[in-house]
Amino acid sequence: MIQVENLTKYYGDFCAVDQISFDIHRGEILGLLGPNGAGKTTTLRMLTGYISPTAGDVRVKNYSIDENLLEIKKLIGYLPESAPLYHDMLVYDYLDYVARIRGIAKENKSARIRHLADMCGLNEIMHNVIDELSKGLKQRVGLAHAIMNDPEILILDEPTSGLDPNQIVEIREIIKKIGKEKTVVLSTHILSEVEATCDRIIIIDKGKIVADDSTEAIKQSEGDENFISVSLLNAEFKNVEDALNGIDGIIKIDQIDNGDEGVLTVKLTSRSSLDPRGDIYRRIKETDWVLVEFHRESRTL
Amino acid sequence: MRQAIHIFKKEFGAYFLSPIAYIVIALFLLVTGWFFFAGFFIYNRADLRNFFNLLPLVFSFVIPAITMRLYSEELNVGSYEILITMPVTYLDVIVGKFMAGVAFVAVMLVPTLAYPVSVSLLGDLDWGPVMGGYIGGLLLGSAYCAIGIFASSLTRNQIIAFMAGMSICFILTMINKMLFFFPEAALGVIGYLAADNHFQNIAKGIIDSRDLLYFLSIVFIGLYSTHLVMQEKR
Repeated sequence: MIQVENLTKYYGDFCAVDQISFDIHRGEILGLLGPNGAGKTTTLRMLTGYISPTAGDVRVKNYSIDENLLEIKKLIGYLPESAPLYHDMLVYDYLDYVARIRGIAKENKSARIRHLADMCGLNEIMHNVIDELSKGLKQRVGLAHAIMNDPEILILDEPTSGLDPNQIVEIREIIKKIGKEKTVVLSTHILSEVEATCDRIIIIDKGKIVADDSTEAIKQSEGDENFISVSLLNAEFKNVEDALNGIDGIIKIDQIDNGDEGVLTVKLTSRSSLDPRGDIYRRIKETDWVLVEFHRESRTL
Repeated sequence: MRQAIHIFKKEFGAYFLSPIAYIVIALFLLVTGWFFFAGFFIYNRADLRNFFNLLPLVFSFVIPAITMRLYSEELNVGSYEILITMPVTYLDVIVGKFMAGVAFVAVMLVPTLAYPVSVSLLGDLDWGPVMGGYIGGLLLGSAYCAIGIFASSLTRNQIIAFMAGMSICFILTMINKMLFFFPEAALGVIGYLAADNHFQNIAKGIIDSRDLLYFLSIVFIGLYSTHLVMQEKR
């Protein structure tokens, strides 16, 4: 569906994206994962033709981005980061404008807008000014914008950043619903985000591809180590180290914090094949430490 | 071209969503009305020469204020990214925005038709130069719109866009009044560059192809430069 070959982008001397190549297949939900400044947004912007690559080529369905940009634009629905919409328009007027630019026939237009409003939950806010919407609502309007003409490819840049957990779940549901029939490319810097939605993950760092595999495979290779955080009252780090060191699967014990009110926080590194949490709990129970916090850390990049 | 018309409608409508449009129109009518009628009864002539003499100078301030938001605002908010990744060409966007600016200038000129109407009630008005003046006004307005759009494409700051556009328009308006600064050999060229000269020719009621060509060239250069700037930004 999309072929990317040796894509490179320089901003002056700074190399934002360095010769990356990958293929995206029809019906895939692809997650572009990487820390801030890794080149995710730049890559997506080159896929949509918003910026032109310094070198390399993007081909969408045999159209080249250099020669058939307009054809490619018709195939792609794109939502940039933080949904920069026209802030002084009403939601309805905005969607109407997008529908006209997207070439939706007049007689289907209002039905299409109504359908999108149902799908993205916009019915209550159709006559609000975009400026007055919360970030999550704006994101949903942006999503409606991106899927206006039922595009074959949907490109979303950080679709859930800055949203509260409820909104994140809602947006994920919508993306999954769309992803059943469409090719979706989304970027994020949160690992759990791609785990929840994507079939395939490409990890990029400093403009280069570090890993490109299915979500399952990445999970296994990435997950050699797990981190467990434990906060204790009335405990000395040395004693904690002695008590927990013998547990099967624990590789390393680090002191994170001996902060306020005598709470000691330690970070335990464990092999992912074993879950030592039961043993840790039993060991702590034998002492007179007070356990105030005990959780497995979510792995994010 | 259908896309350009959609963009035109949206941009033109957007002017009237914010108070800017009404403020600019009110200010324009106030300034031109005041300067026109202040001397009108002293001269005691039934023509609009005073109004048209003033028009280029007023335009060089007012039009950059109209066009300053066309690109700067979109670049600042980021909505340009959304716009240009929809199936539109760069030309569609430029032409749509340009037409919106010109249409706004036309709307701004409509209320001033009250001047010739009231003057014709007071005396025997020659409608030829008046027609010429309004045609010239639209041409001049188009040229300044193109310059304003170019200035707007340069920056995401609307104030800078306004200042840059105003400077260029102001120079084109005033350059024929500063001819004594220039060497004699350059006078012909500089005289030709002066927008005011060409506008005053048309405002006399003479529509000359040289003057038309001048305004159309300015429009072309302004819009083409905008295109180059937006390409460079990719």
